[in-house]
Amino acid sequence: MTELLQQLINGLALGAIYALIALGYTMVYGVLRFINFAHSDVFMVGAFSGYFLGKYVPQGSMWGGTLVLLGAMAICAVLGVVIEKLAYRPLRGRSTLTALITAIGVSLLLQNLGQRIFGANPRSFPALFPQHHFQFKSGLVISSSQIMVFVVALLLLFALRHIVLKTRTGTAMRALSFNPVAASLVGINNDRVISFTFALGSALAAAGGILYASNYPSIDPLMGTLPGLKAFVAAVLGGIGNIAGAAVGGLVLGLVETAVVALGGSTYRDAVAFAVLILILLLRPNGLLGRSQAEKV
Amino acid sequence: MNTVSLRLLPLFVAGVALLAGCSKSGGGADAPADAIVIGEFASLTGKEAAFGQSSHKGTELAIEELNKAGGVLGKQLRLVAEDNRSTPGESATIAKKLITRDKVVAILGEVASGRSLEAGPIAQAAQIPMISPSSTNPKVTETGDYIFRVCFIDPFQGGLLAGFAKNTLKSSKVAIFSDVSAPYSMGLAQFFREAYLAGGGQVVSEQKYTGGDKDFKAQLTAIKAAGVDAIMVPGYYTDVGLIVAQARQLGITVPLFGGDGWEAPELLQIAGPQALEGTYYSTHFSPESTDPLAQKFVAAYKAKYNGETPDAMAALGYDSAMVLADAIRRAGTTEGPKLREAIAATKDFPGATGITTLDAKRDASKPAVIITVKEGKFHYLETISP
Repeated sequence: MTELLQQLINGLALGAIYALIALGYTMVYGVLRFINFAHSDVFMVGAFSGYFLGKYVPQGSMWGGTLVLLGAMAICAVLGVVIEKLAYRPLRGRSTLTALITAIGVSLLLQNLGQRIFGANPRSFPALFPQHHFQFKSGLVISSSQIMVFVVALLLLFALRHIVLKTRTGTAMRALSFNPVAASLVGINNDRVISFTFALGSALAAAGGILYASNYPSIDPLMGTLPGLKAFVAAVLGGIGNIAGAAVGGLVLGLVETAVVALGGSTYRDAVAFAVLILILLLRPNGLLGRSQAEKV
Repeated sequence: MNTVSLRLLPLFVAGVALLAGCSKSGGGADAPADAIVIGEFASLTGKEAAFGQSSHKGTELAIEELNKAGGVLGKQLRLVAEDNRSTPGESATIAKKLITRDKVVAILGEVASGRSLEAGPIAQAAQIPMISPSSTNPKVTETGDYIFRVCFIDPFQGGLLAGFAKNTLKSSKVAIFSDVSAPYSMGLAQFFREAYLAGGGQVVSEQKYTGGDKDFKAQLTAIKAAGVDAIMVPGYYTDVGLIVAQARQLGITVPLFGGDGWEAPELLQIAGPQALEGTYYSTHFSPESTDPLAQKFVAAYKAKYNGETPDAMAALGYDSAMVLADAIRRAGTTEGPKLREAIAATKDFPGATGITTLDAKRDASKPAVIITVKEGKFHYLETISP
């Protein structure tokens, strides 16, 4: 019983991280109908920003960690805006395939620049936040960093919902998503809204990067690839473009992976994760929470 | 058309400049043209960079000492070192490049058995001797009669770890947690399992991971539930560091132990000194050794690399170059077949890691040491002879 509960906690904690990264994927897709494959590398830049910023604050303090988290989110927000301006804006209005391939190019560029600037060796990530392990009598263990991932993922989920549904910018984002031409006709500055979307998405990636690195304290320039792909699976699983769907998809994927390992199939962990992607695309292409809609022309 | 190409020109120039900056010149630039060229491939960057860096530094020290003493056969030695970035699929290409373009007389490398296994067939086919400093999987030298190593092999290491787990750790039920992507890890796990079962112990849980994984909690939870006295982790330090840290987070207090793949200062940084208390690993060499040759090596290494203490990979990197130089001297030539025979005849060669004698299977037989972590430092525990 203890083992089952512990595996449940493991799975949910892993899933919460996938959910956090998936939020950024899904938001950019929801507004622009474009999968930003560079997201996983902005995630890596977020972790490295945390690594370098972490040298200026005392380790293991709540305010220091929060400061680093916000700093890394700001750095990545700027990076997101720059990437959009340099790489995606000149291609706006072209086919989605062009943008998609450019996104892969940006991803490779960030990975290789990362290897050039930071070096290809893994570095150990400092303990930014206070570390506690809550041990129950039954032997069940929950670590503070696992709880932190949950809390931050939930907070960001609700903040994001609030921004998209309740604010003027959010209304503009939805209008843009619905029909960009009509949106600009009624006075929405499309460039600014898209820049804001990228800033927000990249800040989410940075938060994901820092929390991921706090849980698994070894970072390198290629660290984003696998979690990024998994988060993409999570986003599709939940219904890409749907914010709550990203959270559900992340948690489901985390639980599935943990279940596979717990049942003795640890070698097939990644294979099962991607088999889930294939299955969902075959059986329910709009995801668990996605609604089918007519293709816009 | 014209405007487009003009606009792209600065980009093109920048690209060429970048590429030019990337390509590196190989080895000592001041070596004369008729120098003896020795190739080396190592994981200088990437996941197992600590292995490649240590091994390479040891090899460089050996080459420097040999050259200062007048070289070999009246010629200076020139080392061409290539990086395989710790990734699979690079080492064979590098071996080809070293043989065909740099015309090396022999190849030194690698630490990880998987990557030595990639380069081995290339060296064998070209009849260029290859000496691995510290690949312990038996299959490495089974590739062919041109492949040698200067370290012990995993049947010995697995056996001594089984004895250690049973006698020193007083365990009777262990778990094995191995890396499916590394031949080293799978081999060591297998030899350990055989020896441990033969000694009357029980392996109650076997879990697997893939090198580069970050989350091990699901496997460790299953191991914890199985109720074990100790956990054997035959992996490489980057993964082992995270495994040890996560095991302690899950409240696993039993000892964890493994083989020479643990040997890297980075292990302390990744796992944290507290988590590593009560962990053990076997390796080839301890800088605390009182052997005069080992002490001479430690002193020379510290003098060359700003007081850095050498580890086993550095000592074996040094010995691999020394064994090769000795063989070239005895062969009197650098021709592949004759050099191969001379290396195969290596007997009682004194080095930093002790006496090297190559057997009929081209493997060395050497004592191993057990290292433990106490208060954030690596400490020598005991020596186990074959």
